[in-house]
Amino acid sequence: MSLRVFVPRDAAAVAVGADDIASKLEQAAARRGIAIDIVRTGSRGLYWLEPMIEVATGQVRVAFGPVSERDVASVIDAILAGGPHALRLGIAEEIPWLKRQTRLTFARCGLVDPRSLADYGTHGGYKGLERALALTSDDILADVTASGLRGRGGAGFPTGIKWKTVAQTVTDRKYVVCNADEGDSGTFADRMIMEGDPFVVIEGMTIAGVAVGATKGYIYIRSEYPHAVEAMNAAIAAARRAGFLGSRVGGSSHGFDLEVRVGAGAYVCGEETSLLESLEGRRGIVRAKPPLPAHKGLFGKPTVINNVLSFAAIPFILAGGAKAYADFGMGRSRGTMPIQLAGNVKYGGLFETAFGMTLGELVDDVGGGTFTGRDVRAVQVGGPLGAYFPRALFDTPFDYEAFAARDGLIGHGGIVVFDDTVDMSKQARFAMEFCAIESCGKCTPCRIGSTRGAETIDKIRAGERVSENIAVMEDLCNTMKFGSLCALGGFTPYPVMSALKHFREDFGPAPTRLQAAE
Amino acid sequence: MTVYETWDAERGAEIIAGHAQVEGATLVILHAIQKTFGHVPEPAIPMIASTLNLSRAEVHGVFTFYHDFRRKPAGRHVLKLCRAEACQAAGGDVLAARAEARLGIALGNTTPDERVTLEPIYCLGLCATAPSAMLDGRVVGRLDEARIDALVAEAQR
Repeated sequence: MSLRVFVPRDAAAVAVGADDIASKLEQAAARRGIAIDIVRTGSRGLYWLEPMIEVATGQVRVAFGPVSERDVASVIDAILAGGPHALRLGIAEEIPWLKRQTRLTFARCGLVDPRSLADYGTHGGYKGLERALALTSDDILADVTASGLRGRGGAGFPTGIKWKTVAQTVTDRKYVVCNADEGDSGTFADRMIMEGDPFVVIEGMTIAGVAVGATKGYIYIRSEYPHAVEAMNAAIAAARRAGFLGSRVGGSSHGFDLEVRVGAGAYVCGEETSLLESLEGRRGIVRAKPPLPAHKGLFGKPTVINNVLSFAAIPFILAGGAKAYADFGMGRSRGTMPIQLAGNVKYGGLFETAFGMTLGELVDDVGGGTFTGRDVRAVQVGGPLGAYFPRALFDTPFDYEAFAARDGLIGHGGIVVFDDTVDMSKQARFAMEFCAIESCGKCTPCRIGSTRGAETIDKIRAGERVSENIAVMEDLCNTMKFGSLCALGGFTPYPVMSALKHFREDFGPAPTRLQAAE
Repeated sequence: MTVYETWDAERGAEIIAGHAQVEGATLVILHAIQKTFGHVPEPAIPMIASTLNLSRAEVHGVFTFYHDFRRKPAGRHVLKLCRAEACQAAGGDVLAARAEARLGIALGNTTPDERVTLEPIYCLGLCATAPSAMLDGRVVGRLDEARIDALVAEAQR
């Protein structure tokens, strides 16, 4: 008899022992004289269950997790006997946390072998490109526009409009750039999809190239993601060998090729113009806009620059799914969002769902509250530049406009959960400190404001002229918000001001003057 | 631990020439130099500048802008602790302080015996298995006191 077992090679699964589990499985099978075929997949995104392994049983896959090294022997015995086991989770797709999701972008993640182009094809891969190659540029753009897809990096700009701008520009050379500089804490969807289904990113970028007439693409991946770099490089090589990249994409007259570039630890390079500077080999200094990258982007040429998740959403849309995609969601936020639950959360992981679920449902119901078992006091949505929301705002639906209306942002879809031991003035200080460390230095509000902000919060925390210093901080935040060139300086006030507004008690005794002002 | 070559101008020139043809080569070359020598030796800067027809100041500017590039070699082992919000929420502050105390150095420093470099990192993307760390390129999640002690001990070996 022989066993086929799926073990994730996703970095977060490896970080909790997936590699060790894979080798223990081989040893345990060898001792029992059983042939074992271990397939390394991406993660399903149920991270509290990692390392989660799946065993092919007939047409389905039965999951076990979280598996520790000492569980391996008993798990193997349970599999062989078809018997019960405390870690047996049942059929993977039937696990409620996974089943209630709408997996469009992440449909294959955790299911397929990310190193296998054949596996990608078997599971619907390259259907989008195949159709795109039979369409005119205008038809492709019409599909992308009809899907309602908005930039998943955080800004939420309509992808169809961006692509159209580049397509309409006549020039000798255009570029497609994938922003994989996922620096926001609490987000890992880009990493997960690059490690678990890299071909979907390649396919999305290739479709972009075909649509706008670009022949070269770059994927700029942060250096903190070595596993993703390796996975993307392997996938690009495989796609090139199979003719999906190169001078004749899929046997067509379109030429398109890709190259991975690795960042060097600068958070600001996640800002698109800074990323372009970095790709050109310079300091990651933000450019003033206009000109937009769609007009003058990489090396001064028209450039489509999108986040990993935006490109990864494209193959589904082009495979005839534009309307189906747009049917999900609410208001102007169409489609699905891969939401990432992180920090002090009981059921942390990736939850892809249509826009519109409330923050409370996501944190309490899906996330199950904190893993420390204490009360949830605050959540930060949208990374280090996102606002801290208290329980009172948990009725906010997950939607670009709904969050903006409450002085927040959904950003890249990360939710970091904090329990009641959090000191919100400390978190506010960290936001300023982080901005000071990562500021590119081009504009004064960000470069100097962040350092002055950290100093001012220190004074408030020390109880020094609290009301005056809070007034200084509010003024400073206004200057940063309206005077900074990019989102780093412009959005750092969000975590600071939201902490102050919703958790005033953490900033020393409330002065009467400020209370009156509220 | 990774073993690096000692600086050799001829070897450096060979690496620079090997990458000089790509678009926007500066970061690619700096990465390649650091991968080989463990840091970017001072003499490499003017060599890169002259190959790419840039000023020495421009290359120095790029080199100093990015957190990854080192002026001098790190310790034999590099332990990076994620210090971003998700890891803070999961108890990372206490663990970072514990690692600092065990090693007798603050984050951003190398032990006097040059065995261990302890650095902060702002997000490894392991936020649902926080707190997390990276030891010589190996990722570790769900850190607790026992695990951080084991990592520190491993780094000190």
